[in-house]
Amino acid sequence: MAQPQDFGFDDDIVMLKDAANRFLGQRQTLVQLRSSLAGTEDPYRGKEREGWYDPAAWQEMVDLGWAMLAVPESAGGLGLGLVAAVAIQEEIGRAACPTPLSSTLQATFVLKEAQADAHLAKIAEGSTMALALFGEDGTPDADSTTVTADGNKLSGTSCYVQDAQKVDGFIVAAKAPEGLGLYWVSKESVTIHRARIVDLTRDQARIEIEDVEAEVIAEPGSGEQVMARALPALLTLLAADMAGAAEWQLQTTADYAKLRVQFERPIGFFQAVKHPIVNMMIAADETRSLVYNAACAYDHDPEDALRCARMAKASASETAAFCSNRSTQLHGGIGFTWESDVQIYHKRQMHSQFLFGDASWQRQKLAELL
Amino acid sequence: MAAKMTEQQASPEGRPEAGPEAGKEAREFREYCRRWLEENRPPPTETPLPQASYEVTYDDHRAYLCDWQAKCYEAGLIATDVPKVYGGHGYDNFQSIASDEVRRSKVPYFLNWIGLGMVAPTLLIHGSEEQKKRFLKPIFSAEEIWCQGYSEPGAGSDLVSLQTSAVKDGDQWIINGSKVWTSLGSLASWMLLLARNDKQDKYNGITCFLLPIDQTGVTVRPIHKMTGECGFCEVFFENAIVADDLRVDDVGAGWKVAMSTLTSERGAATGVGAVTHTESPLSSVKELIELAKTTKRNGVPVWDDPVWRDRIVKLYIRIEAIIQHARRAPIEAINGGAMRLPLQGKVVGSEIGQDLNATALGVLGMQSSLYVGDEHAVRNGRWPLGYMNSYTGTISGGSSEIQRNILGERILGLPKTK
Ligand SMILES: Cc1cc2nc3c(=O)[nH]c(=O)nc-3n(C[C@H](O)[C@H](O)[C@H](O)COP(=O)(O)OP(=O)(O)OC[C@H]3O[C@@H](n4cnc5c(N)ncnc54)[C@H](O)[C@@H]3O)c2cc1C
Repeated sequence: MAQPQDFGFDDDIVMLKDAANRFLGQRQTLVQLRSSLAGTEDPYRGKEREGWYDPAAWQEMVDLGWAMLAVPESAGGLGLGLVAAVAIQEEIGRAACPTPLSSTLQATFVLKEAQADAHLAKIAEGSTMALALFGEDGTPDADSTTVTADGNKLSGTSCYVQDAQKVDGFIVAAKAPEGLGLYWVSKESVTIHRARIVDLTRDQARIEIEDVEAEVIAEPGSGEQVMARALPALLTLLAADMAGAAEWQLQTTADYAKLRVQFERPIGFFQAVKHPIVNMMIAADETRSLVYNAACAYDHDPEDALRCARMAKASASETAAFCSNRSTQLHGGIGFTWESDVQIYHKRQMHSQFLFGDASWQRQKLAELL
Repeated sequence: MAAKMTEQQASPEGRPEAGPEAGKEAREFREYCRRWLEENRPPPTETPLPQASYEVTYDDHRAYLCDWQAKCYEAGLIATDVPKVYGGHGYDNFQSIASDEVRRSKVPYFLNWIGLGMVAPTLLIHGSEEQKKRFLKPIFSAEEIWCQGYSEPGAGSDLVSLQTSAVKDGDQWIINGSKVWTSLGSLASWMLLLARNDKQDKYNGITCFLLPIDQTGVTVRPIHKMTGECGFCEVFFENAIVADDLRVDDVGAGWKVAMSTLTSERGAATGVGAVTHTESPLSSVKELIELAKTTKRNGVPVWDDPVWRDRIVKLYIRIEAIIQHARRAPIEAINGGAMRLPLQGKVVGSEIGQDLNATALGVLGMQSSLYVGDEHAVRNGRWPLGYMNSYTGTISGGSSEIQRNILGERILGLPKTK
C-alpha cells in the first residue's frame, strides 16, 4: 500500500510536535518530580514513593487535545493516526514526563482496534486508562494473563500495570472458556498494590481483581486478534518514548563533553569520549527512523505494521541500553548521583527496555515473520 | 579515586588450592581460616547490608561491621603478612589465603576497605615509624575508619590538577578547599588527604596528609547515589588543621605517594586483606545461571533460550579467564611482564561485572523493574541494584577510559594522549 514519503509528518503534526516540545520544556516536570521524591531516595529506609504526576499539566494536555488525538472523530476525538501519537510520545520521552497520557494513548489504540466507541468517547472527555495485560512472570504477551472471566465477572491478578495510580480505570486481558477477552474495570472496583520499582518516572502495580463486574471491550475469543492488531501501535509508542529519551541522553552527554574540562581539554576532545557519543547518535537515529517507519506503516499499511514495530522496539531497546550506559559512564561521578537527571533517564530507559519485550524478544518474534 | 575492587577481581574465589603456597603450613593455615570462618560466621543483620562496603551508611551497620572486622583481625585474617611491630600477624605470603577464604565463605565484607586497601599499604611504604605504630592497628581492627580525599569537583580523572590548598603555619598546616565522591566520608574519623602546597609546581607541589575529620574546619555532606543509597560525600575544608607530624613523606612528595596508593587500588600491591563484596564474580555468575534456570518466560526457562544461554556462558568463560589470570600473574615466565595482567584487573573485572548484571536484567525481563523492598522482587532487587552499582567499578578509582590509556601507554608503549 502506498505510504507517504514524509511518514505522515504533515505541517499540523510537525506543529503539534514542536508545541509539545515547548510545553514540556516549560513545565519543568523533573524539577517538580524531584520535590515529590524528597525523602524517598534511600531504598532501604526512605519514605514510600507515590506515583507522582502533575495534574495541572495533565489537564492542559487534555485541553490541548493530546489525549483525544487518536480517538476517532465519530467518538468525539481528533481522528489522527499513530504518527501524531508518536510525535507526542517522543516528546514525553524526551522530557521523561510522568503522565497518564502514555498509558491512555496505548489504551486508545487497543480500544480503536476493538471499536469500543463508548470507551473511546470517555477518553475524548479526559478519562484515563491503562493496560492490564500481563501475568506474574511478565511474559510480554496478553495471553500470559492469569485473570479469568466468568461471564462478565473477572477474577485474578494482573501484573506490571503501568501508571496504575494515575488512571481512572483499566483495560484487562482475561481468559474465558471461549478465549481471550478484553474488559474495562474502574480503579475503585479493584485493589491496587503499588510496586516498588527502579524507574522514578512511572508507577507500576499489581491489580487484584476479585469477582468484579466488568464492561466488555472485546468479546471472549476476539481479544487475541484485537491485541494482535493493536500491538504494533503499543510497541511503536514505547519505542518513540525511548527514542526521545535517547536523544536527551545524547544531547546532554554531548553538552557535558564540551563543558567538562580535564587534562586542560574539554573531555569531548578525547576519542574515548567523542566516539561513543557519536555511537549514541548513530543508535538514536536508527531507532528514530524505524519508529517513524513503524508509525507510518500502522497508519497506512496495517499488514506490515507488526514487522515494522518489532524492528522499532528491538532497535529502541538496544539504543536505550547503550545510551543509558554511555551517558552515565561519560558523566563520571556526577552521572552516578541521584542529583543528576542522567540517572532519571537511565532508569526510565531500563524500564522501557523490557516493557512489551526487550530487543532479543522482538528479534525472535520478528524472525518468525521473515 | 577509590574503589578497591581490584583485589576482589584479581583473585576471585576459585584460586586453585594447590597453588604456589601448597606447602604444609599454607594448607594448615587455609584449614584454620576455613574452620574459623565456619565457627564464627556472624548472625545476619536486622536490615540487609548493602551489596558492597562502598555503600554502607547506617550506624547500626557500621557497629556490626566494625565488630566483625575486629574479630577477623584478631583471628589473623587481616594484616596477616604485616610485621608484628605494626600490629600485624607476621606471616609470609598468607594474606591471599586468608582473603580467599573470607570470600569463599560468603561472610560479610570489611567496612574499613579504604584503610585496609589504600591507607595501610601507603603507610607501610611512605609512613614514618611513629605513623605506622599509631595508625595501622586501629585500621586493621576498624577502631578508626578511613576515607580517601583525592578527587575534587575539578579534579577527577585529572587528579594532578587538584586545588585544595595546604599552607604551612608553624608546626601545622591550614587546609582550605573541598573534596568530592569521598566514600565512607560520613563514617570516617580520618582522611588520607592530598592537598596542594605549591601552586606553581603541578606534580611536585602536592603533599599527602593524615587529616582528623572531627574538627570544626571540616564539614561532611552525604551524597545520594543513583541507587538512592549514600556511601559517598562532599567534604569542605575551612581552615582545617593538620599537624606537620601527620604529613606523609616529604613536602611535595604527595603525587609519588598517591601513585603508590593507586597502585594498590589497581591491584598491583599485596594488600592487607580488604574484602569489599560478599559475592565474587564466580558466585555471581553461578547465581545468574540459577536465575536463568528458574526464571520462566512463556512457560519456558530462560536458560533454554539459546540467545540468553550463550550470553551467560560467555560471561562464565570470561570469569574463568580472570581466575586463571590470578594464577598466571605471579609466574614470571608466562605472565608477559609483571604489570600486564594486574593492570588489566580493574577494567576487565568491572566491565564483566557490569555486563553480568545487565544480563541478569535481561533474564528477568519485566521482573527487573522491581526494586529493593518490593515483596515480589527477586532477591530483594539485588540485580537492578547491582547493575546500577556496577558503575562504581567502571567510574571510580580511574575510569575504564583512563585505565585503557594507562594500559596502552604503560604496557604497550603507545603514544601518550597527554
Ligand atoms: C562510587 C564512587 C566512589 C568514589 N569514591 C572516591 C573516594 O573515596 N575518594 C576519592 O578521592 N574519589 C572517589 N571517587 C571519585 C572517582 O575516582 C572519580 O569519579 C573518577 O576518577 C572520575 O573522575 P570524575 O568523576 O571527575 O570524571 P571525569 O574525570 O570528569 O570524567 C568524565 C568522563 O570523561 C572520561 N575521560 C576523562 N579524561 C579522559 C581522557 N584523557 N581520555 C579518555 N576519557 C577521559 C572519563 O573516563 C569519564 O568517562 C569515587 C567515585 C565514585 C563514582
